[in-house]
Amino acid sequence: MNALVFRLTLPILFGYLPLGMAFGVLFTTQLDYAWWAAPLMGVVIYAGAGQILAVSLLAASAGLLEVFIAMFVLNARHLFYGLSLLGQFRRAGWKKLYLIFGLTDETYSLLTSRTRSQDTLHELDVDFRITAFNQVYWVIGCTLGALLGRNVAFDSTGIEFALVALFIVLTIEQLKALGDAFPVWAGAAAAGVAMIFLPPAHQLIGAIAIVTAVLLLQYRSLRAKSNAEGRSHV
Amino acid sequence: MSDTSYLVAFIAVAAAATFATRIIPFLFFERHTEHPLVKHLGRFLPAAVMALLATVFLQRSGNWAAVVPGLDAILAGALVVGIHLWRRNALLSIAAGTAAYMLISQTGVFEVALVS
Repeated sequence: MNALVFRLTLPILFGYLPLGMAFGVLFTTQLDYAWWAAPLMGVVIYAGAGQILAVSLLAASAGLLEVFIAMFVLNARHLFYGLSLLGQFRRAGWKKLYLIFGLTDETYSLLTSRTRSQDTLHELDVDFRITAFNQVYWVIGCTLGALLGRNVAFDSTGIEFALVALFIVLTIEQLKALGDAFPVWAGAAAAGVAMIFLPPAHQLIGAIAIVTAVLLLQYRSLRAKSNAEGRSHV
Repeated sequence: MSDTSYLVAFIAVAAAATFATRIIPFLFFERHTEHPLVKHLGRFLPAAVMALLATVFLQRSGNWAAVVPGLDAILAGALVVGIHLWRRNALLSIAAGTAAYMLISQTGVFEVALVS
């Protein structure tokens, strides 16, 4: 099973190692704290953009309330991820808390896109391993970056495109699995609107809020339609 | 507050804020798993989120100051789509697109082509 999980998470390895290293390098070159705080943050916070924001908050010695608000707002898009996994995580038992803790953009993408068998408990075990593998990649990246600091030799410029490519592939897979292009176009359009009207820091949450609103409207109109049909049959 | 205790408090607060964003839906909507609206979102939200993540990050990886703005990202992205529709092998599509993007950004091939 671990071989399958490794194959599924390989694109994330290519994305998380360089991004984690970027965070680690940033941490040791911008701050005077001990290097091990960087991997520690990868273990207990585990959020890509969040940790990079944390470096600038640490550099500014930000107040703790400010830290809480900034991190909450930056990661607010995760509020919507859980909504679509309520059923899937239901029977996970003790694993559930870790599945929720490790719900990054990339893990969410894999967990909601992969094909699942009828064996719920087995699939939850695979979900759990995917989450753990991804976090291990991230922590290794943070550690390497923090230890190497400025001495990173390998020119890996551009390797983080693996995550963009992963999102593209998963969009195609979602499209094929759903057989309905509406959510895909709605998501892309919401991203377009958010990129035009919002600053980069708020584009993701803005786009997710827009597309959730669109899906709510779609839900209402579908229900109105099925209600109307129901009445006409009576 | 000493440096180390500030750091520890900082990490604890940042971790709590991040975890809060992930667990809140499970705390407040757990009992509504069977609600048709929750099912509707569960079915369609992942596709929508994937498409918007792809769009936003594709835009961010593009060099929009280049002669043909964003060509690096658009070309690599199109390669991913093309190869994936052709072979439907996720790793192959991702590796090809990433290699193409790395080649473009490390050689600066599109900028050179203009100067000469």
